[in-house]
Amino acid sequence: MPRLNREMLERAKSTIALYPQKRSALLPLLHLAQEQDGWLTPDGMEHIGELLDLEPAEVLGTAAFYTMFKREPTGKHLISICTNLACMLAGAYELLEHAESRLGIKSGGTTADGAFSLEEAECLAHCDQAPCLQVNYRYFDRVGNNEFDALVADLEAGRRQSDVPPHGTLSRIKRTAPAPVVPTPAGDAKPEPVAAPAPEDPRAPSAGVRPKKRAR
Amino acid sequence: MTVTMPAPILTGRLREHGDSHTLERYLATGGYATLRKAVTSMTPEQVHEEVKAANLFGRGGFIMPAGAKWGLLRDAFPRYVVVNGDEGEPCTFKDHLLAERDPHQLIEGVLLTAYAVGAELAFVYLRGEFALGLERVQAAVDEAYAHGAAGSGIFGSKTQIDLVVHPGAGAYICGDETALLESLEGKKGFPRLKPPNYPAVIGLYGAPTVVNNLETLSNVPWIVENGGEKFAALGGEGSTGTRLVCVAGPVRNPGTFEIELHKTSFRDLIFDPSLGGGLADGRDLRFFIPGGSSSPWFGPQHLDIPYSKVGADTAVGVLPDGGGTMLGSGSVVAVDDSACPVRIAWRLTKFYAHESCGQCTPCREGGSWLEKAMRRIETGAGLADDVKTIMDVCRGIAPRLAWPPSQTTICPLGPSIPMPIVSAIQMFPEDFERHVEEGRCPYVGSVPA
Amino acid sequence: MTATVPDADDGAREDLPAPEETKPPGVPVTIDGREVSAQPGELVIAAAERSGIYIPRFCWHPRMEPVGMCRMCLVEVETPRGPALVASCVTPVMEGQKVSTQHTSEAARAAQEDVLEFLLINHPLDCPVCDKGGECPLQDQTLAHGPGETRFVEEKRHWAKPIELSSLVLLDRERCIQCARCTRFADEIAGDPQIDLISRGDHLEVATFPGRPFTSYFSGNTVQICPVGALTATPYRFRARPWDLDQTETTCTACAVGCRMAVQSADNRLVRNLGLGGEVIQAPSSTPFSHPVNEGWLCDKGRFGFEATDSPERFDTPLIAGAPASWGDALDRVSSAISEAIRLHGPESVAVIGGARLANEDAYAWARLAKGVIGTDSVDAQLGDGLPAELVLGLPRATVDEACNAGAVVLMAPDLKEELPVLYLRLRAAAQAGTPIIEIGTAPTGLTTHAVASVRHRPGDSGSIVDEAVRLATDAAKGGPVVVVGGRANLAESEATQAATILRLMSGVAGAKFLPALRRANVMGALEAGLAPGVLPGGAALAEGREWYAEGWGRVPSAKGRDCTAILRDAAEGRIHVLVLLGADPATDFPDRDLARRALGATPMIVSVATVTDSTTPSAHVVLPAAGWAERPGTTTNIEGRVTPLGQKLTPRGIAWADWIIAGELARRLGSDPGWASSDDVASEREFRVSNEAAPQRLGVPADVQSPTAPDDAYSLRLVVTRKLYDRGTTVRHSSSLAPLTPTAQLRVHPADLERAGIAGGGLGRLRSARTTFQVETVSDPGLARGSAHLYFNIADAGEDAADLIDAETPVVEVRLESNS
Ligand SMILES: Cc1cc2nc3c(=O)[nH]c(=O)nc-3n(C[C@H](O)[C@H](O)[C@H](O)COP(=O)(O)O)c2cc1C
Ligand code: SF4
Ligand code: FES
Repeated sequence: MPRLNREMLERAKSTIALYPQKRSALLPLLHLAQEQDGWLTPDGMEHIGELLDLEPAEVLGTAAFYTMFKREPTGKHLISICTNLACMLAGAYELLEHAESRLGIKSGGTTADGAFSLEEAECLAHCDQAPCLQVNYRYFDRVGNNEFDALVADLEAGRRQSDVPPHGTLSRIKRTAPAPVVPTPAGDAKPEPVAAPAPEDPRAPSAGVRPKKRAR
Repeated sequence: MTVTMPAPILTGRLREHGDSHTLERYLATGGYATLRKAVTSMTPEQVHEEVKAANLFGRGGFIMPAGAKWGLLRDAFPRYVVVNGDEGEPCTFKDHLLAERDPHQLIEGVLLTAYAVGAELAFVYLRGEFALGLERVQAAVDEAYAHGAAGSGIFGSKTQIDLVVHPGAGAYICGDETALLESLEGKKGFPRLKPPNYPAVIGLYGAPTVVNNLETLSNVPWIVENGGEKFAALGGEGSTGTRLVCVAGPVRNPGTFEIELHKTSFRDLIFDPSLGGGLADGRDLRFFIPGGSSSPWFGPQHLDIPYSKVGADTAVGVLPDGGGTMLGSGSVVAVDDSACPVRIAWRLTKFYAHESCGQCTPCREGGSWLEKAMRRIETGAGLADDVKTIMDVCRGIAPRLAWPPSQTTICPLGPSIPMPIVSAIQMFPEDFERHVEEGRCPYVGSVPA
Repeated sequence: MTATVPDADDGAREDLPAPEETKPPGVPVTIDGREVSAQPGELVIAAAERSGIYIPRFCWHPRMEPVGMCRMCLVEVETPRGPALVASCVTPVMEGQKVSTQHTSEAARAAQEDVLEFLLINHPLDCPVCDKGGECPLQDQTLAHGPGETRFVEEKRHWAKPIELSSLVLLDRERCIQCARCTRFADEIAGDPQIDLISRGDHLEVATFPGRPFTSYFSGNTVQICPVGALTATPYRFRARPWDLDQTETTCTACAVGCRMAVQSADNRLVRNLGLGGEVIQAPSSTPFSHPVNEGWLCDKGRFGFEATDSPERFDTPLIAGAPASWGDALDRVSSAISEAIRLHGPESVAVIGGARLANEDAYAWARLAKGVIGTDSVDAQLGDGLPAELVLGLPRATVDEACNAGAVVLMAPDLKEELPVLYLRLRAAAQAGTPIIEIGTAPTGLTTHAVASVRHRPGDSGSIVDEAVRLATDAAKGGPVVVVGGRANLAESEATQAATILRLMSGVAGAKFLPALRRANVMGALEAGLAPGVLPGGAALAEGREWYAEGWGRVPSAKGRDCTAILRDAAEGRIHVLVLLGADPATDFPDRDLARRALGATPMIVSVATVTDSTTPSAHVVLPAAGWAERPGTTTNIEGRVTPLGQKLTPRGIAWADWIIAGELARRLGSDPGWASSDDVASEREFRVSNEAAPQRLGVPADVQSPTAPDDAYSLRLVVTRKLYDRGTTVRHSSSLAPLTPTAQLRVHPADLERAGIAGGGLGRLRSARTTFQVETVSDPGLARGSAHLYFNIADAGEDAADLIDAETPVVEVRLESNS
């Protein structure tokens, strides 16, 4: 199974350079791995661990926290149907049911040809266009059953390639700005015992409990 | 009441121009002049003073004045500025509008903020699902560097401020500022303990950090340009300026509206023809959710309350232990009489159960318990004791079911879970009874069993 | 008999000095109406516990950073805005604070009960078949305060039943309450984050990365601190129920750190070891040795090595020429061989090797037998893999606490993670808390990433970097005390070179103290008792104590004898007529395996006083079965010089005897009955001998150690050989759970040297030394000094092990690596 290829490795290195501490690049790197393979392969995660000095279990533990990181092969088009409040009131569950029968898969599944994955999504922040969905995180507004079928037909026919890149490709804009002049982080060095009053509650005790040193 | 709309602060450019996200349009409409003025002729303190004078409260939900918050930074360097663009609260969709349609306004706001507090590196944390927003903001950052507005020697001054766009990856909890910092450090979005981890004291990499909502910081260029006092003259009763409010649900005209705080009422937001436009299909308003999914619900009797902190705080709300509600994330969802309040409360509970980070027992276990129980009632399998048990479980998460609720967990997500459920039980007990008695949901539509 | 089961939650309790004695002026707080003096910064939960108020908890552990996850410890505190519920495990005390726990606050009690109910909704009701049943904090809480019956009518969370995190630790996810103690331990304490929480919300579960098991040497601690039965250890699983356990406190002797533990048995079989000292919640006291050195933790070898006591290969009767014999016959045989040797060849024709396995009392008894009865000074508890006894005993000694709190630590030792695992944990924690570590060595170790500086040298060249190390240490210490942690960093390099470097380091830094990094169980006690050439009990020099001991014992050797290497050298040449092995296995354990083999082959009488079959057994003419660990009382001495009691939990195997009895019986047969009736008698005699006013002074700082000549570099690579925790030594070999964990041998080489050898990137290569040639798997390691190659000791088959390459006579073993083609 694939590790990061040469191009992705280059992009990974320039991404790491954006942060005062390597580990900060973990989420962006996982997105890169997903851009390459469409999902997070174990080898890809191990490779990222090597780049960031993390145990593979730490990479997995972090990745598995986030809904967007897929640990199983995912369709070229990931259709995420929002069923949260506004969309539900506008018929999202009916749309989801329709989508399941149109694609022949249950929510959470992937078509046998790997063309589509379908999932129920939490609020996609497009409530004024309810019911809405995203394909590979690109919005589609006020989707009824007919619109859904037309969209699937378009995707199958490759007619949306310009606005819907394959699953995993999040931002097609690659940073051209120079890398930051990274300040020396106070980071892993323990912050001095804090004397300043805590902002939200001036009476709150602040000494004694040190900030968490590492990820959990 | 009629709505008097002042000239918009945040949305003028994007309403008027289809290309509002480009540097060209931004410059043509006066963009970056304020930053140039600030770095070449103002001290950081002067910039900070304007924001303080504006009394700009945070638009992320917790109503903390931004200027005051910046003043609490621990006296240490480096410092960081972090934009909270995680926008995941159900029915809130204004931040990504600003990111997609006016990214330079945001960037200028971030740069001014960093200048004011002495930070040299700022991060724009954007929710991962905002692919277009990520592309637009990254493109704008690159343009800003090319224009000399970001990086080293901004506009020929000695000021150095770098910007990094950081994508999230699908986790509502990362909207909590401390979870967001964990996430930005490449970790799970587990909120940190407060105390001691107040971002201003122990923030990103342990350094003092400003975390502000994306809309909050988008206001800063206007404030520095026009002066804090002019901003403070808008609104009233301590709620200054304008705010973007997302009106959603079955209204005629759902969308994001920039309104003047306190001068606008909830009724205006839902019914004014230039705003929500009233309920679709001539239906009646049954209730509305005034401040995002975590806020206690309001009924028609609350419509004339002014949209302001004071209005929300002093209202007589629906929770058993008292208190009003909050403006929260800036979302107002109107619900008519055709929708099932039990189903709505269940759906929001399902959202919280899905988004709980899992650290705290009451939120992790209580959330999924409530989701299962609410789903059972909604799908017709409710039991006579269920409402009582549900109320007990809600008190197990938030012993005082008031606004604001008491909290037994690390972050406020836990006590948010009971809010929709308890609101529904308090306002519509007969709906719960009917579900149990009839063994089915009495409204049209269904949810997966 | 029922055992008091240690609170498996926090480790068992041990008697400790009352906290009040050492406490700094306190912060006054009121807990449940009681005035309590807390320490500044102390957490409410700890302050309450010290004043006798127990607040229930699941996630908090006094030895780890608090996380406030389980929310079980909620208490009510008064705030200016009225009472508020806070997690007492994350709330530091504040002056004048008023705290109400579940005992006095209805809100706190209700909140705790709610949390308990939440924890139980998805928890299976399988206590009767759960290993933790009977010692489970969750079960205890539930019985005391839990809801009588569940209101949870929904379906419980279901997970596939136990999954292997490793071959030692199993996870039952349905029982897990997501307290993160295990994952935090792995990351924070062990530094091996090979387990992590995955997913979120109520899907949160502990997991390893696929195909990457939880191989941390400290994995067993997660089982001990798991507050429910989610984690179980394969060596204990289903072996016993807590109420059937019988326990005693003792010290682990799998290495010389001296970890305190509770050893538990059922039916005269050991079933479990638990680390002690984890629950200590007062501030560290300034009294040395006031709390267990291990702070509750154990390494897995110490925790699970008890399996070896149950080995079918344990000796249960004496053997003569491999055949069972009576004690009388066997002892007669040995004593007559000794008398004969003395008569014909003099006392120095009798030699004794080993003794680090013994308790202090045994060691004294054997020292008296060897030196005071037989009259030989050719006695050595070390097997050519340590440091000269004069150095170890003569240098001013540091405690582990002193090392951890030093201005700087200079490490010139083998990989502590492999040899003294819990010392590694302590120093790792110290480094994270800011104690600078300066590491000197030839190969990276577990502490390399925690060191502020790592100075690499080629094997044999440690002398060249002493000045730099002294400078680094002096700078880093900023005037604070310096502790040198020193041991035998390389078995393929002469003892003298390394000893000389340590001595120069010590004299380079004024006031430096020394912590010996010697791994054999009670090696310190054995040296202290005189099981070393030139040493008498109390760490006295032979020359100084001659009169005093001659008076007490009857005789004392006339001159300093030979160390292990010299004994074997002479043996190989037929000059040793009786060789006694005290739990020593030179056939695999002595670095120069060829010399050991020749010595064993040429000695007419080999007596092995041992607990279990080892590689030397076939060469032994007589085997005397000794009582093993947990089978006899006594004391043991750790690297710091801390003396702790050993607990007896079992009756000795078969008709095995404690070592002091064997020594006493032999002495009697040799005409000098010491008259001991118990190990206490031995102890009193020793106390009288070493504490008496007339007793000789301890050894002082040695003047100098002869440094050998430099190697001649006839071959391209110099060899570094160190030990691995899971090697093929007796403990591991006889512990069925540990034996499979011994890794396969790999030669680590700097990438440039690999390339030079024509095996760039690694792979199979041919390793050639003056001694032998064999095939070995090579791997590239840029952390090594160029021109050196690293192998682990005693992990490969005979003929292909590092031990087969080592020549005890050369200053540094040199090898050549060739490609196979
Ligand atoms: C569960 C939870 C989710 C949150 N989500 C967001 C969010 O999506 N965007 C946001 O700006 N603030 C969010 N917040 C609030 C932030 O913690 C923080 O108060 C805010 O970003 C501060 O910025 P402001 O002062 O400009 O409002 C959330 C808080 C919690 C507890
Ligand atoms: S460190 Fe050594 S003494 Fe301690 S438990 Fe491990 S093997 Fe035993
Ligand atoms: S013990 Fe305090 S929250 Fe778990």
